Amino acid sequence: MSGILVFVEQRDGSIRKASLQALSEAHRQAAANGWPVAAVLPGSGIEGAAGSLGAYGAAKVFIADDANLKLYSAEGYAEAVVAAVKQMEPNAVFFSATAMGRDLAPRVAAKLGVGGLADVTGLTLEGETFVATRPVYSAKAFAIVDTAGKTPQVISLRPNVFAAEETGGNAEIVKLDGLTLSIRAMVKELVSSEGGELDVAEANIIVSGGRGLKGPENFALMRELAGLLGAAVGASRAAVDAGWIDHSHQVGQTGKVVSPTLYIANGISGAIQHLAGMSSSKIIVAVNKDPDAPIFKVADYGVVGDLFQVVPAMIEEIKKLKAA
Amino acid sequence: MKCIVCMTHVPDTASIIKIGADGKHIDETGIKWIVSPYDEYALEEALKLADEGKADEVTVVTYGPQRAEAGLRECLARGAHKAVHIVGGEKTLGDSLAIAKVLAAALKDREYDVILVGVKGVGTDNSQVGQMLAELLDLPHVSNVVKIDWNDGAVAVEREVEGGHEVVESPLPAVLTAQKGLNEPRYAALKGIMAAKRKPVEKIELSALGLDEDTLAGADATYNVRSLELPPEKAAGTIIQGEDDPQAAAAELVKLLHEEAKAF
Ligand SMILES: Cc1cc2nc3c(=O)[nH]c(=O)nc-3n(C[C@H](O)[C@H](O)[C@H](O)COP(=O)(O)OP(=O)(O)OC[C@H]3O[C@@H](n4cnc5c(N)ncnc54)[C@H](O)[C@@H]3O)c2cc1C
Ligand SMILES: Nc1ncnc2c1ncn2[C@@H]1O[C@H](COP(=O)(O)O)[C@@H](O)[C@H]1O
Repeated sequence: MSGILVFVEQRDGSIRKASLQALSEAHRQAAANGWPVAAVLPGSGIEGAAGSLGAYGAAKVFIADDANLKLYSAEGYAEAVVAAVKQMEPNAVFFSATAMGRDLAPRVAAKLGVGGLADVTGLTLEGETFVATRPVYSAKAFAIVDTAGKTPQVISLRPNVFAAEETGGNAEIVKLDGLTLSIRAMVKELVSSEGGELDVAEANIIVSGGRGLKGPENFALMRELAGLLGAAVGASRAAVDAGWIDHSHQVGQTGKVVSPTLYIANGISGAIQHLAGMSSSKIIVAVNKDPDAPIFKVADYGVVGDLFQVVPAMIEEIKKLKAA
Repeated sequence: MKCIVCMTHVPDTASIIKIGADGKHIDETGIKWIVSPYDEYALEEALKLADEGKADEVTVVTYGPQRAEAGLRECLARGAHKAVHIVGGEKTLGDSLAIAKVLAAALKDREYDVILVGVKGVGTDNSQVGQMLAELLDLPHVSNVVKIDWNDGAVAVEREVEGGHEVVESPLPAVLTAQKGLNEPRYAALKGIMAAKRKPVEKIELSALGLDEDTLAGADATYNVRSLELPPEKAAGTIIQGEDDPQAAAAELVKLLHEEAKAF
């Protein structure tokens, strides 16, 4: 048993960024032991997309190309991943901790009779054992964990924490045959949210608003700043519960866990349940009129002031910068 | 219909976390324990079905230490009909497969149409037990559920994904993992709290399920905590006073983000 198998996610035939991050990390980790890296890609009409994975370190891509796999199903996709595991006998199976990866990894793990290390933000290899860091207790602590000697080691990697890296290379395509695909829970449709807004879970930059915005109309200010930066709009639970913005924008314990390069919190106090969702962001910025707001304790940069004055001024400054 | 709700009893999300003496668990002194918030959505969904006359039995199940009985009482007070307490779990904390094995053993001979669980047990934050339980019981599952249409012997659900949602149809029985947005959990009314005191809590020992915690946490363990650590102290950030001259503060912030942090 050796090597790392990476589950790769696609939507309409295009590979998701988070999967390339997981694949790149597998490539970096495997180098230490000279392990092979392979990908497994279920979908429909995906052969073209599969070829592109070589550039991110996959020497082999197992594809399960079937009309019944066009949309996600835990049972169908798990069968494909397990079939690839049986062929490759890897030491570890990586997933990205996306909605799909977090759904699928435990189902695959249970099929293989192993556990799982979910949503890890750090990974090192000791011999053949992965030692992972996982945020727990709302990121108030980190657990350093391993799979207690059980293999394959099923691990899901938090999106945007590990870098995607094009290293060049070609992948051999291997078709997975003989799948039965007995799927009971079937996805009928994938419905994109109104306006096709960028999702906080996938954004490099997030502009978030909280109760300090005072009302739904002021999310326009967040959208304006976000638009300039190519950012997604996030929100605290207080703003979501007040009905100012849809829950899909909520960041935190009962919202999404995000890890962007830049997180700008406007009028958000920084309650622990909010921090749980964004404290692994690389750069945190806070705009808040209360100098004692807890958000300033985690902020790399902050402005103490009225967001209704500071944010429009920021917008002006960024426009100037762009024009220059 | 008969509904099973899996409940895990966790530290209040506002708790201050300190590392315990063994360096692997939290120090439990002063911790307030609650029903994991997502399990409240799972329970509420079952209670709504009961209110509508679609469900005639809502059973809450937990695998946890003695104190977890308080969580079961809370669920009974909100309206659950029955509670099952599999006693144990301290040594298998965070080992999702071990927990799923215990729950599967306890549920395999029971009658149910649906198993509702939370999308994530807060604290250990695994989001794994529901899917593993489904696999062990050979059931379909749908996770991250924000809407459920209950039909005859089947459900049509919405599952939240990045940038939208999936519409999923599944036959019952199935495991569904509840996400925020599914419903608004009720509070326990005084009448419910009084009634809950008289409702029995069925206690099950692991040995009665043919399992033992030492094996689950020993030879069969799939999750090993080497250590639990507090986050590193973060260096103080650059905080600009912007009350008097917000324009200048904003300009400085943008400059720092652009030139120093290279954030855009
Ligand atoms: C089980 C549980 C789960 C939870 N999950 C989440 C979650 O997922 N996400 C989440 O965010 N919260 C969550 N919460 C709620 C959390 O505890 C806080 O209540 C919430 O985050 C507060 O939102 P807020 O910061 O927008 O509001 P507040 O705490 O009210 O803060 C508003 C801030 O705006 C500032 N402000 C006001 N006016 C201005 C102005 N003009 N200019 C600048 N600043 C201004 C104030 O100084 C204040 O700091 C959860 C709570 C529980 C119990
Ligand atoms: N010890 C337990 N007893 C009963 N249900 C549990 C237990 N642990 C987890 N669950 C259920 O599984 C869900 C997901 O938990 P987890 O995989 O630990 O994040 C929880 O919200 C509960 O519904």
